[in-house]
Amino acid sequence: MMTLLKIIKYQLHDLLRGKWFIIYIGVFFLLTDGLFRFGGDSGQVSLSLMNVVLFIIPLVSIIFGTMFFYNSREFMELLLSQPISRTSIFLGLYLGLTIPLSAVYLIGVGVPFIYHAGVQTGSYWILLLVGVSLTWVFTALAFLIAVLSEQRVKGIGMTIVLWLFFAILYDGIVLFILFALEDYPLEKLTLALSLFNPIDLGRILMLLQIDIAALMGYTGALFSKFYGNMFGSVVAVFALWVWCIAPLWLGYRAFSRKDF
Amino acid sequence: MIDIKGLKKHFDRLGVLKELDAQIQENKITAIVGHNGSGKTTLIKCLLGLDKYDGGHITIKDYKLNGDWGYRSQIGYMPQIARFPENLTATEVIAMISDLRAGSTNKADDLITYFRLSGEMAKPLRNLSGGTRQKVNAIVALMFNPDILILDEPTAGLDPISSSLLKDKIIAEKDAGKTVIITSHIMSEIQELADTILYLLDGKIFFDGPVDALIAQTGEKNLERAIAKMMS
Repeated sequence: MMTLLKIIKYQLHDLLRGKWFIIYIGVFFLLTDGLFRFGGDSGQVSLSLMNVVLFIIPLVSIIFGTMFFYNSREFMELLLSQPISRTSIFLGLYLGLTIPLSAVYLIGVGVPFIYHAGVQTGSYWILLLVGVSLTWVFTALAFLIAVLSEQRVKGIGMTIVLWLFFAILYDGIVLFILFALEDYPLEKLTLALSLFNPIDLGRILMLLQIDIAALMGYTGALFSKFYGNMFGSVVAVFALWVWCIAPLWLGYRAFSRKDF
Repeated sequence: MIDIKGLKKHFDRLGVLKELDAQIQENKITAIVGHNGSGKTTLIKCLLGLDKYDGGHITIKDYKLNGDWGYRSQIGYMPQIARFPENLTATEVIAMISDLRAGSTNKADDLITYFRLSGEMAKPLRNLSGGTRQKVNAIVALMFNPDILILDEPTAGLDPISSSLLKDKIIAEKDAGKTVIITSHIMSEIQELADTILYLLDGKIFFDGPVDALIAQTGEKNLERAIAKMMS
């Protein structure tokens, strides 16, 4: 456990010196601050930020996570040749990346929110929760792909395809299924399908908090009925965390058997 | 002593180590040589637990490797390419490894002086040359005073002065009772350093014995020619 914390500490130390994080924090900070200054209230700002969060965070997390893993290859070899367990190394690298990525997001979005609108709104907390959860989910997916694929170009290509699938293609496929099966009752199928895409889960959680689920028609009402109550929200958050833990566990299994 | 019995390793369908048997003697410098792709680095990585072997077993000082990692506290490893977290300084990397390895070291300062690295220690590693990084790599391998040193092409990228310093250090470590395993493509270097040669061919040991015996066996005047004759 101590070794794990030490690895996280040194990862943080290394990463936080890079310019990358300053740019990432700056983009979120300027965007959130700008949206408030252009006259939005906290609900409108949350809605605007939602689109950024749902597209940009998965993309940045998955690409940066994969590149980070490939770039850490020699460092991993150095650590693996020391009397340190593979569990500590894998989790140390994962947490050493997700903690600063999450912190940067929380500061970049959270601070302008606090001084413009306070922290009273529910949408604020959901925005932060979804952003952090997606960071953890897509970094875990990035690690899984990077462990399984030896070739950097192939690995990064796969991450982009996966991001495209979840961010864009999945909704098209769902729509196609719903259209093809329109003669059947689809409520439960729609709910089930939403669980299989972490970005959709994040979107649903946010839309329900911003209270515009009605705009989504019957499906929105259904989501509102299911996800709007406490049980539904817990299911959605739980599903998001399954999306984090499952790839992380698979990645760890592959990592512990991997040849370096 | 390191005892290797029936070691098997394949990558996809390609067999790299094919029931390899070898013994590496204590207090000696053993060179592992062979042409490119003969399995030298794979053998080293199996010893370190970086590669998981498919069959056979390895015993290091009566400890049979079983996937556990504690035995690596006896080993200092210097990989072929020295890469560390780019934004850390050399001082921080050495502090980090000391901290992670949880073993006290009082040799690091002496080694920094020995390799004439004092002026480079405060610079981020991304700004250091390949040779300087290789020296940091050597310090990391040596600073815990391990019983076994595994050095994968240790002088690659070093200037002649640093290379000589490192070779002197390797000999000093052997004289201090350490077991040293080294790979190199520079045969003159191996002839200068090694007591014993393990010559790998097609995933098996083709020759295992003293350097002088190999030269005598082939009737050549030096190791490079002896190896070349054996390969032809």
